[in-house]
Amino acid sequence: MERIIQDNVEKSEFLVNRRVFTDKEILARERAEIFNKCWLFIGHVTEIPEAGDYKRKKVGGRNLLFVHSQDGEIRALFNTCPHRGALVCREDSGNSRVFRCFYHAWSFKNDGELVGMPGKDGFPEGFNDEGTKNMKAVNRLENYRGFMFVNFDENAISLEEYLGNAKEYIDLVVDQSEYGMEALGGVQQYSVRANWKLLAENSVDLYHGMPTHKTYFDIKQAQDPNLKRVRLEGKGINLGNGHSVIEYVAPWGRPVAQWTPIWDEEFKNDMEKMKEKLAERFGEERANRIANYNRNIVIFPNLVINDIMAVTARTFYPSSPGYMEVQGYSLAPKGESDKHRLARNNNFLEFLGPGGFATPDDNEALELCQEAYNNNGEMQWNDISKGMVRGEGNALATDELQMRSFWRHYNSIIAASLNKEVAHQ
Amino acid sequence: MTVKTIERQDIVDFLYTEAKILDEWKLNDWAALFTDDGTYIVPPIGEPEAIPTKSLFYIHDNRSRLQERAERLLKKEAHVEYPHSTTTRNYHNILVGDLNSDVITVECNFTTHRTKREVVDTFIGKIKYEIVRDNDRLAIQRKKVVLNLDSLRPHGKISLIL
Repeated sequence: MERIIQDNVEKSEFLVNRRVFTDKEILARERAEIFNKCWLFIGHVTEIPEAGDYKRKKVGGRNLLFVHSQDGEIRALFNTCPHRGALVCREDSGNSRVFRCFYHAWSFKNDGELVGMPGKDGFPEGFNDEGTKNMKAVNRLENYRGFMFVNFDENAISLEEYLGNAKEYIDLVVDQSEYGMEALGGVQQYSVRANWKLLAENSVDLYHGMPTHKTYFDIKQAQDPNLKRVRLEGKGINLGNGHSVIEYVAPWGRPVAQWTPIWDEEFKNDMEKMKEKLAERFGEERANRIANYNRNIVIFPNLVINDIMAVTARTFYPSSPGYMEVQGYSLAPKGESDKHRLARNNNFLEFLGPGGFATPDDNEALELCQEAYNNNGEMQWNDISKGMVRGEGNALATDELQMRSFWRHYNSIIAASLNKEVAHQ
Repeated sequence: MTVKTIERQDIVDFLYTEAKILDEWKLNDWAALFTDDGTYIVPPIGEPEAIPTKSLFYIHDNRSRLQERAERLLKKEAHVEYPHSTTTRNYHNILVGDLNSDVITVECNFTTHRTKREVVDTFIGKIKYEIVRDNDRLAIQRKKVVLNLDSLRPHGKISLIL
């Protein structure tokens, strides 16, 4: 196949081959080289706080059971019976010491160990001495400040090494709370009829902010009589390993801690105190960065952490080149008062999620891209050049360096893969 | 002053009128059906009794937010609904509570079909209304839409008013 990208620094032109959004061969390569080898977000540690707590998760095409085992360890078990393969746990979430496959009633402790099956006399002694009849756990499960990731490649580098420069930005999100962040209930499960990489691009794309989300900013301007002009200004940064971030100022309120006129005077005082507290902990400069700057982070390949009018984490997987399944989380400081929590959630819902005033328009933009890629035969290349003329170290948040960083890394993986055989899943 | 007695049929007609207004995209008229403190909420799927400080809802509109929602969707720049999708709302199994109560509770099942770009999505579930007399008219004080789905797949969004 022809090239995936054309990266012409001299001409300040960066092009992406639209076939990457429609080609089944490409998706097979992505499964083999990206989803089987990169660190993938499975969930937040606070989703399963107590021993026995579990949640079913679909990660990288697998059915997993994210479980807080009785021994205190957090595990990701493949949710399949070692006997004949049936899905063992059928509830989406709950608390249990034991998981039992209903098909032949094999039972497992919540660390995966086989503890019972009917008709034992039909099996040899030492049948499970090697543990092959236990529910299998994903070998690599690592935690960075509450964000839990799995990797299906046993030889992968550590999560911390993988995250690299992105850690600084995750820290800025988590440091807004002295007691850590927690995931709220009601994880939003939705879809987009578009290729998954379009959402990775869209999540760090500030260039589309005004044209796509004008109706949201109209509302912001109506709420704040002093807001004459919508400023969306900041930097775009390549974090390496395909990760990137935009860090910028924006006119919306931030629960920690940028006041906006939709909130009352009591909130204003609360937020000044929050900022003082942050300044005590981290100094003025970092406190200002935490409280007043927004961050949209993409962790390659498919985790987005947006610290904007609320904090959301979203992850997304392709089930075909033109369709993705999305999980959207809300994260908030532990111990936040009900009043602030409600304001945070309402701020979230004004913009974010499938019922918000902005996310559905993103969804539409992505679907229109996907629909029009049926012109790929004649119109082959996407343009991702904005800001190259400034030099990659000087990118604005409204430039496209973030997407170029994703694509350069993606290209290094997929172009190499195209030269070798991979098994189709 | 005489106050007309409210009959079950008045409530049923009121709901059907709401559905018709929404299908005809008269969204400002829809917002006007609510009391000044009216709310419109869609709790998370599978958690119909979720608490908004503990769980993330899909929609949690107070009166001003639902007005903004209606006005936004009528703008050309509400891209997801421009051009407007075509919708058919059906309300079934309508159960009307005590008509003499200050707040009349009504439950119904609903099926809302949306079509756009030759793709039909169907939203199904239950709506719980709290309806009050507001001067000479009926008005919605609370509309709670409980989706009976496993996820928003393949719908992807609730860009419509349900």
